[in-house]
Amino acid sequence: MRIGWLQRFIQTAVILLLLVPVPAARAVLTIEIIGSGANQFPIAIVPFRSEGGLPQQLTPVISADLARSGVFRAIDAGGLNPPPSEPQELNYPTFRARGADAVVIGTVAPQPDGRYEVRFRLMDVQKQAQLAGFAYTASREQLRHTAHKIADVIYEKLTGDKGVFSTRIAYVAKNGKRFELQVADADGYGAQTILQSGEPIISPSWSPDGTRLAYVSFEQKKPVVYVQSLTTGARRAVANFWGSNSAPTWSPDGRRLAVVLTKDGGSQIYVVGADGGEATRLTRSTAIDTEPNFSPDGQLLLFTSDRGGSPQIYGMSTSGSDVRRLTFEGTYNVSPRFNPDGKSFTFIQRNGGRFNVAVQDLATRQVQVLTDGTVDESPSFAPNGRMILYATEVRGRGILSAVSSDGRVKQRLTANAGDVREPAWGPLPK
Amino acid sequence: MKKILIVTLISGALAACASDPASEQDGAKVEERKPTVVDRQPVKPADDDATKGLKDDSLSASALRDPKNILSKRSVYFDYDSNVVKDEFRPLVTAHARYLQQNAKAKMRIEGNADDRGSREYNLALGQRRADAVKQMLQLLGARADQIEAVSFGEEKPKCKDAAEACWAQNRRGDIAYPSNGE
Repeated sequence: MRIGWLQRFIQTAVILLLLVPVPAARAVLTIEIIGSGANQFPIAIVPFRSEGGLPQQLTPVISADLARSGVFRAIDAGGLNPPPSEPQELNYPTFRARGADAVVIGTVAPQPDGRYEVRFRLMDVQKQAQLAGFAYTASREQLRHTAHKIADVIYEKLTGDKGVFSTRIAYVAKNGKRFELQVADADGYGAQTILQSGEPIISPSWSPDGTRLAYVSFEQKKPVVYVQSLTTGARRAVANFWGSNSAPTWSPDGRRLAVVLTKDGGSQIYVVGADGGEATRLTRSTAIDTEPNFSPDGQLLLFTSDRGGSPQIYGMSTSGSDVRRLTFEGTYNVSPRFNPDGKSFTFIQRNGGRFNVAVQDLATRQVQVLTDGTVDESPSFAPNGRMILYATEVRGRGILSAVSSDGRVKQRLTANAGDVREPAWGPLPK
Repeated sequence: MKKILIVTLISGALAACASDPASEQDGAKVEERKPTVVDRQPVKPADDDATKGLKDDSLSASALRDPKNILSKRSVYFDYDSNVVKDEFRPLVTAHARYLQQNAKAKMRIEGNADDRGSREYNLALGQRRADAVKQMLQLLGARADQIEAVSFGEEKPKCKDAAEACWAQNRRGDIAYPSNGE
């Protein structure tokens, strides 16, 4: 029996829409660097002229972003009097002697309208030439975001990959009996609570344009899939059929969601419109089919199925045809998520009782295990495909971790209090 | 016991996206609603056959809460990697099936659970299998399919949290709930 989403729009809940000023940026997730990459690029970041008096300084944020990527090694930029902020003030031999291959300089100037003009230049120490330079106008509240944008430019110029320092992550924080779906900057700052509940929340999933989150909430005493706007706060139950509704994932055009429904008996994969409505069935098995994930080109779906006797990862066309098994190592391979480049996917593999993050290349079927925890779960690729964010436990506490796709760079993200789980890395800003 | 859900929606995302954070709030209303319970689809009136033999008051709604009545027992436990309802739980399931059969308007929710090893979504599906197994047995024993909604909580509502078989066994379970009792 189907319960239409219209009827479910009125919830068994007290709904409060609060007018709350945007809170001052505060770290809710603390990030520790545990492992670094090989062959790090040495870079010096000179404090920007006049940033000292600002409510938010930029170069500490830029330095932290670049350090966190694992790709850069910080070179001492202090002890220069006065610190250079224009190219003609740069003493290249000094920086060469310190081992820097690049140096970042910049200025901040307050404007009459209360905003700031931020200028920076990325200079090549060997060639003594400018690699990049931009100017931004930012309000006080935008200074931190501007620092992230500068770090993105530096990262892209020196590695060729897009930076992800301006992106956001979603995750579920659990404190006692309270569950909060939160969205924070990729460095853990500025966490905002999207949904607070006394019942569990799982499986957050970002829309491709970053404006909406789909998730599963148990507030109606059963799992129901909701889509919530991050700009207006409005939300709607898009899958609340008879039985359980879960595992939402967005099509690349943002118009549809693949979900898992049990309304026809057993967990099967369906597609619904992003605003709800009728469900079109894709899988037809008597097994468990779950955890669908669209390929970036929208042509394929990865999913988890135990139709062969144990949970493994399969691929199928978006019409549900051409089902083929993809994982063949071991008896438990689940939670597939595509690399944004479409050439590989990350997943969880059980080995001797431990659950670890792995990556499989689609063409070669080669598998690389990237982590060595015991209960790693929910892997999610950064939008540049370079890092994988996942959930794990350390000393009984739920934390998030990140690992680079070559396994070398490692970070831990811990909350001030309680457990964190179910991470989802948001898309590149438009 | 009804749990009160507080949904806090903070509109106006990152500061960086808004030139003036305060103006993002214009669309949001301050609204307070009493909890509303949405009725499920209307049930067809019970036919006479279903009420035969209903003089036995052990089948009334108060029996659901009477600790001396098997109907107050609500949990079916499962072996590892199994959805088979073991013989020791037949009397319990039979009693609930009879209750549903004799009370044609009664509705039940079966909540399947799983231990926490592995993927949350796969465990949600494992819990669902257990709920479905209990529902299937209830139907065989006379309950109607539309009286029973089988759902899963997966690993999300564990009875205990130790990484040990004694605890995992407790979480491999299906729970019977009657929404009309506020459960």
